[in-house]
Amino acid sequence: MRLEISGLTAGYGRQQVLRGISLTVAPGEVLAILGANGSGKSTLLRAAAGQLPYQGTLRWSGPTNAIGYLPQDNAARVALTAFEVVLLGRLRSLTLRVAPSDLQAAEGAMAELGIAALAQRHLGELSGGQRQLVFLAQVLAGSPRALLLDEPTSALDIAHQLQVLSLLSAATARRGLTTIAVLHDLNAAARFAGRLALLHEGRVLATGTPDEVLTPALLRTAYGVEAAIQPGPDGHPVVLPLRATTQHDDVGHVGFL
Amino acid sequence: MSATAWRGGNRRRAVVTAAALLALLASFAADLATGPALLPLADVLAVLGGVSEDRMLNAIVLQLRLPIAVMAALVGAALGLSGAVMQTILNNPLASSYTLGISAAAGFGAALAILAGAALPVPEQYAIPVAAFVFAGLACAMVAGVGRLRGATPELLVLAGIACLFLFQSLLSLLQFLASPEALQQIVFWLFGSLMRASLGKAAIVAAVLAAMLPLLMRDAWRLTALRLGDERAAALGVRVGPLRLRCFAAVSLLTGVAVAFVGTIGFVGLVAPHIARMLVGEDQRHLLPASAVFGALLLSVASVASKVILPGTVFPIGIITALVGVPFFAWLVLAAGPRTGWR
Repeated sequence: MRLEISGLTAGYGRQQVLRGISLTVAPGEVLAILGANGSGKSTLLRAAAGQLPYQGTLRWSGPTNAIGYLPQDNAARVALTAFEVVLLGRLRSLTLRVAPSDLQAAEGAMAELGIAALAQRHLGELSGGQRQLVFLAQVLAGSPRALLLDEPTSALDIAHQLQVLSLLSAATARRGLTTIAVLHDLNAAARFAGRLALLHEGRVLATGTPDEVLTPALLRTAYGVEAAIQPGPDGHPVVLPLRATTQHDDVGHVGFL
Repeated sequence: MSATAWRGGNRRRAVVTAAALLALLASFAADLATGPALLPLADVLAVLGGVSEDRMLNAIVLQLRLPIAVMAALVGAALGLSGAVMQTILNNPLASSYTLGISAAAGFGAALAILAGAALPVPEQYAIPVAAFVFAGLACAMVAGVGRLRGATPELLVLAGIACLFLFQSLLSLLQFLASPEALQQIVFWLFGSLMRASLGKAAIVAAVLAAMLPLLMRDAWRLTALRLGDERAAALGVRVGPLRLRCFAAVSLLTGVAVAFVGTIGFVGLVAPHIARMLVGEDQRHLLPASAVFGALLLSVASVASKVILPGTVFPIGIITALVGVPFFAWLVLAAGPRTGWR
């Protein structure tokens, strides 16, 4: 499914967060959304998932119920097993007597992420990273045609980060998914996303390949950080943050920092 | 593999609910067998078997005890079911018809009807439950009205319910202050919650509402389960959260409305039966909703038996007994079940 966004503005109450976003994402493409805290990344994903009212144009070329959206918060403490949580990814087809196809989809998604062993554990007993994998499996179990993932690897160790991002990028190519992921790890984004969109104060500061977006000048504007960019062993750019050029309002006044 | 284990878990949950149903049957039989008349068990069985020709005996068992036993089970089921749904849609373990002011509103309605007494065009025995039902509905509408406000969160709904509780408690206190000693006594007795006002006709109304609402709520069972993951996740999975919350709230209003209208204020059951069910069958609402109804019925039925046997010859108002019976059982379960309650 193709996503076309133009002149998108959205926010919460009177606070406007997105101020005229224009973007296009094609099937088979992984787009990583980057930007400082509060730049509008999650709000953009929420609007694209149809969870937030907006102004402007936001058009999916397919049915919106084929979108798999993974919100950022995964702190739910409920007496449900991991398998039940994953099964909920099939909510649109679930009936009181669960069909074998729904059970297979849930099993398949858990196996794909290597978490089949967690199936009968209660969600509240799992670590943050394990819960993140469970919710990712929930999204995959729904057989989505588009993926909107808000920091899908923030709680994962490096091995699981590699595994999840490789899997997402392979699945995107293989199934022709449209994948948009908010990522804080610039190097992971450079490695796994074909295209990056760098947000700054609710606007798109730059879009393009990792080489085009990850430049010292753009990173200085977006994050207020001096960074060195070097080519990595696999050819992707590697970002090395050197020092902050500006104090961020949200942490600058805290004395012990 | 995971699916097989999950199916096994489902079977275990069904067994737990079936066992609770059996316990309910036993408690129901005990409810019929006990009472101030101290009838021998053989006589009660003879009446139930239709072989007794003693008119007095038939009247005691069929006209006095049977309605009470049936009403205890049905009202308990209605309160248990509505409590489970309220706790889910409001995402709050303390939600129940009692804590959200619905019972207080019903009490105010009943008190109003008692005070109006002879001035009303309908007999008091009908006026009191109707007034209680109307005010219970009003309280629900007030809370649901707040829920329709833009950006209303489950927390705001709970706050609205608590505001309702204090509002109707104050109004009730005002009526009690103004009431004559006779009317005051009647109001206080109504507020105790009692099954002595039960009749098979009233029980049929509660049964009809229960039979209509349970399948409706079960149709939303998976969506309610998804709601336990939070509004945003549920919406991401395709749940239209606002309409779901509203229609479930309407179903719950009907259930609690008829329950409190006929038997008065009974706390604890609606709050605790869902917790007991949740600890034993988890939060898959396909299991939780029926199990909450069964455990609610069981709690109130056991309380009904206890209200008659604590002091032979005396029947205590059931509202006084429910917590006395339920708290020790609940405490044992909390200690035994550990961290799987879902709210910690």
